[in-house]
Amino acid sequence: MSPPSALAVSDIRMSYGDVRAVDGVSFEVFQGEFFGILGPNGAGKTTALEIAEGLRKPDAGSVSLFGESPWPRNISLLPRMGVQLQASAFFEKLTAREQLETFGALYGVTSARAGEMLELVGLTDKAGTPEAKLSGGQRQRLSIACALVHDPDIVFLDEPTAALDPQARRNLWDVLREIQARGKTIVYTTHYLDEAEILCDRVAIMDEGRILAMDTPARLVRDLDAATHVILENGALPHEQARALPGAEDVVDNGVSLTISTHTPAPLLSALAERGTLDGLQVRTATLEDVFLELTGREYRA
Amino acid sequence: MTVTETPKRERAASGTASSSSSFRALATAMFKGFVRDKATLFFTLPFPLMFLVIFGLIFGDQGASRIEVGVVGDGPVIAALERSEAVELKPIENAATAEEQVRAGDIPAYVTQDGGNVTLRFAASDRTRASTVQGIVSGVVNQANIAATGQAPRFTLDAGQVEDESLQPIQYLAPGILSWAVSIAAVFGSALTVVNWRKKQVLRRLRLAPVRPVTVLGSRVVVSLGVALLQFVVFVAVALLPAFGLRLSGQWWLAIPLLLLGTLAFFSIGMLVGAFCKTEEAASGAANLITLPMAFLSGAFFPIDAIPAWLQTVSNIFPMRHLNDGMLDVMVRGQGAEALALPVLVLVGFTVVVGLLAAKVFRWED
Repeated sequence: MSPPSALAVSDIRMSYGDVRAVDGVSFEVFQGEFFGILGPNGAGKTTALEIAEGLRKPDAGSVSLFGESPWPRNISLLPRMGVQLQASAFFEKLTAREQLETFGALYGVTSARAGEMLELVGLTDKAGTPEAKLSGGQRQRLSIACALVHDPDIVFLDEPTAALDPQARRNLWDVLREIQARGKTIVYTTHYLDEAEILCDRVAIMDEGRILAMDTPARLVRDLDAATHVILENGALPHEQARALPGAEDVVDNGVSLTISTHTPAPLLSALAERGTLDGLQVRTATLEDVFLELTGREYRA
Repeated sequence: MTVTETPKRERAASGTASSSSSFRALATAMFKGFVRDKATLFFTLPFPLMFLVIFGLIFGDQGASRIEVGVVGDGPVIAALERSEAVELKPIENAATAEEQVRAGDIPAYVTQDGGNVTLRFAASDRTRASTVQGIVSGVVNQANIAATGQAPRFTLDAGQVEDESLQPIQYLAPGILSWAVSIAAVFGSALTVVNWRKKQVLRRLRLAPVRPVTVLGSRVVVSLGVALLQFVVFVAVALLPAFGLRLSGQWWLAIPLLLLGTLAFFSIGMLVGAFCKTEEAASGAANLITLPMAFLSGAFFPIDAIPAWLQTVSNIFPMRHLNDGMLDVMVRGQGAEALALPVLVLVGFTVVVGLLAAKVFRWED
């Protein structure tokens, strides 16, 4: 039996002029779930998210957030939801702590909560720093802290890791995992498929306003039934011998490494182990990018 | 990361954040933003004060504004001219040099007296000053003639200004530049806040918080009113310094409520500007385009009677015109509350009409 539903979106549609930004999207998010909406820029992720948050009225379709409609502005629902906006949605000239205290006061939370949030996002030592003087990653974390300051049940995050350097992204992943560990429901959009694969319980892949597939990342990849790539150092094995390995389907030697494709990696790997030719071995399975390629027939470009 | 969960009972309270705590938090945030922004502070206080000093210097020194007239030689008429203090006399050794200076435009005219013959030579190119000098000198000559006959004059002229002696330029400059300063702070303050908050999605953030729009608006209004009060205190304190010599009349404090009403009117203009402009640059330009002509046509920098009658009529649409009139009445003309009836009515009416218009065209997002 699945946990109770937090958010149910059914058949929402939204057009801007001739452009169908969202073209019949339905999904359900369960309480405590980490749900990702993936897709390239312009896929309609942000519009879908804004409709779910109650910031926009869809042309058609309906949204139910904890059983209530978020549109028009539903004041009783607002304390239960936290929305992270672009990293500039701050008051001018206030320090990190003051931003949190001000947003917190709008929900009637005590200023002690600001300190807790700073600790959660690792900004305790930046409490007295003006928001404008924080780095991009720090500002992003502060904006997430502001979305969480009132302890909401569901958190909406729109591209929280966009434009961050790899280290800052990793730091943010830790924060997101911690939020989920506290039992929050998270709905987030990203155009990093690798990140979604790591973080999300379930993902919806969106393109051109529609959801193409929706499931756990592992099941999406498995259902793809794609070949596993076994990669060896170039010259570790002659081309013909590689072809003769059990289960080997295709062999490509690009001059740097030798790539063997297979749908049955187990016998192939044990054969290689028997030969003692495991130097520089890498095993690469299909990723969500391959799923995207399969679904759309084109290479994924964020 | 060992953060304790917020107890659920605090959560229960969080949904019902009182309007007053939201109000206080927002007003505090905006006031801190104002105090910490050096550019805004500059345009709110030192910048208009600078104009008070500049205009004070231009219009303030009445002695220097007397017309200078060259005199060659001496005689009873020249002595009488000097006693009249109507013109500044500049002794020149001979007529030739004096004529040269008039031609060069250094002085508008010169006078010589040779026995009973008084000669006045002026530059026709400077007609206004020439005719003033001519009038003064011929008046002095006529008086000297009457005196010479030894008879009492049949007609006498008693001339004097209607304002009391204290209506020096600072008396209209201080209220005028103060209302200009308040208009800058209120129009720019509200317009830039709206544009900036919309652009940076702060408005969207506030829309997602359980706070009523009237609380957000009210907190911004309170900050503007506070800033206007601060401007009033600083301006009046500076103008009262002996160097400027402002003299306040009886019920000067009636200017404070009027000024606050004026601030509301300017605030509503700013909200309207903010609704239409997408960028801070556009909002600044539009705010300047409104406040500066309004200040000139409302008598903020010079008395309103200096502009043509039809423009004076036109200027009645500006809230600053009525704010100025009212402030002059109670601050320096010694009038009471009854003088404020019309200005108050106009300012309230203006605020309601423009405020409703601004609410109508207000946008949360671009």
